[in-house]
Amino acid sequence: MSAATDNAPLEIAGRRFGSRLILGTGKFASPELMRDALAASGTEIVTVALRRADLSGRKDPFANILEFIDPGRYLLLPNTSGAMNAAEAVRLARLAAAAGLPKWVKLEIHPDPRYLLPDPVETLLAAEQLVGEGFTVLPYINADPVIAKRLQEVGTATVMPLGSPIGSNRGIQTRDQIRIIIEQATVPVVVDAGLGAPSHAAEAMELGADAVLVNTAIAVAGDPCRMARAFQAAVKAGRDAYEVGIADELETASPTSPLTAFLDDG
Amino acid sequence: MSFVSEFNALPLARLLDRARSADAPSVSESLRRSDRTLADFATLLSPEAAGRLEKMGRRAQALTRQRFGRVIRLFAPLYLSNECINNCRYCGFSRDNPILRVTLSVEEIRAEASALMEQGFRNLLLVAGEHPRFVSNGYLRDCVAALHEQTPGVSLEVGPMETEDYRPLVEAGAEGLVVYQETYDREVYSAMHTAGPKRNFDWRLETPERAHAAGFRRLGIGALYGLADWRSEAICVAAHAAHLLRHCWKAQVTISVPRLRPCAGSFQPLTQLTDREMVQLICAYRLMFPDVGLVLSTREPARLRDGLLPLGITLVSAGSHTEPGGYTGAGAGQVHRTERGRIVELGASEWAGIEGAGPTATGQFNIADERSAGQVAERIRDLGYEPVWKDWDAALSA
Repeated sequence: MSAATDNAPLEIAGRRFGSRLILGTGKFASPELMRDALAASGTEIVTVALRRADLSGRKDPFANILEFIDPGRYLLLPNTSGAMNAAEAVRLARLAAAAGLPKWVKLEIHPDPRYLLPDPVETLLAAEQLVGEGFTVLPYINADPVIAKRLQEVGTATVMPLGSPIGSNRGIQTRDQIRIIIEQATVPVVVDAGLGAPSHAAEAMELGADAVLVNTAIAVAGDPCRMARAFQAAVKAGRDAYEVGIADELETASPTSPLTAFLDDG
Repeated sequence: MSFVSEFNALPLARLLDRARSADAPSVSESLRRSDRTLADFATLLSPEAAGRLEKMGRRAQALTRQRFGRVIRLFAPLYLSNECINNCRYCGFSRDNPILRVTLSVEEIRAEASALMEQGFRNLLLVAGEHPRFVSNGYLRDCVAALHEQTPGVSLEVGPMETEDYRPLVEAGAEGLVVYQETYDREVYSAMHTAGPKRNFDWRLETPERAHAAGFRRLGIGALYGLADWRSEAICVAAHAAHLLRHCWKAQVTISVPRLRPCAGSFQPLTQLTDREMVQLICAYRLMFPDVGLVLSTREPARLRDGLLPLGITLVSAGSHTEPGGYTGAGAGQVHRTERGRIVELGASEWAGIEGAGPTATGQFNIADERSAGQVAERIRDLGYEPVWKDWDAALSA
């Protein structure tokens, strides 16, 4: 790939990333398969649920997911999945930092275990606390432009609105709200959750999202590595199109022979 | 509104009629829909739906993979005590069964937990009979608090309590509560539970809601198959789960599908749930509840368990012992009989001929899958799933 066709790098909290695809690590059939899919995707940011990891420093062989993620190759982004309120999320984030993980946190607080929809009140409380403690905070939110702005005001490094509920594969059901979030954003917008097909990821990037986060669609695919490459290509295509600029949609056909052409006739 | 009033108003006869005699077009319609009702669930339990089992299985598998991924979580039961004040005709721990009983000390429980941790388990279910003298609320709290320090996930399966009595257990670190209604048929329930506080059907039925109010975040329910008509039980369990999903919105609901196993007292099942029907039942649960955890224990034999895993099961036990002290031999010196709440020491003849520490406590039932935890985990891998031991962190329930 020549430099001329490279996308502008993604920058989060002063750190630059060549890939705009962030990967989750849940639901894979084996840690080896997960490791291979991460490599195939070209991702540079990988998020891990802290509840799956060993934070005791004892190198627990029965909770060794972190051993399959090369910290030299990826930014390991711990997430607080499982936390139902701000106190639990803050506790988990501190524990991760104490265990030597990067002081970055994907803040996920979803008290409803069915749809895993984020609690905006607790997320704001936790974000404020963690930013104050020096964490780089990437909050998972519903596609609500107001909570997105409130979080930016307390100093989060990104906002991560959902396209549709986690694991639902339903794509971007929140398009109009995400458009507003992007329009008003002063930090990168990462569309997280619900992206079930590469076309969904491309759509998010075309809308102007700075990055997307994908997990289920890759993890449960028949061939996760190949699906990871498909998402990589889609993210690149969507970003290219966004950077070039996509022509506006029109309500009617645009004839090649304009209806007003007669005015130019001599 | 508690589930009791909803349960009393459940049009069970009509639903059961569907479950027994749904026709082919109804089955097709219930299979086709994505937002299924209780009537659809009943339809999927029908003999007509049994003819479409392969199709149900494929759908159930796809849904489970989508929602839970290619992972199977593991847990182990840790029996604290087999003392009980109830008489339940089907249970080995019934108070009138002259079995060998023991209640482990907190230190012994720590040792049992350590043995399970060595095998890989990071998610333990503490099980105890219902006996306020031996298994007091304070004792349970101490057990939870002791294990919370060493085990990421601790759940309980103990006699029902008041909400206020549950709170200290949650504060001590317990995250889940399992309580099976055993049977949702009031008449059968009454006939099976001949003495003790468990006779109160409604009190038991409302237990998951009290647990949720106290802060438990995983709620396990189920019927014990072998007591009443399986289709009727399944419909009631589904109605119960639907109620909990609506009212206890912060809880992860799990459904277990235990079938009666041989135990002390030699109770024979009153009804049958065949292997084939069990497959159908698990698929129907999954199609009805895409996000509900489905639990399978070592009550079932290895071959059936291996076959059921890819169809919708999300949580399995392995290498289980159903007697207190089963993992380390803890408590062997203290086993006794209990008569009218009093300890009766074993006679010399009962100790005679036993080498070592003495006789061990009696189990609740005999398990059928006797493979070790490591063997089960290996099999899970062979089936294309990751065995997940740790899916919780103590920091979440500190």
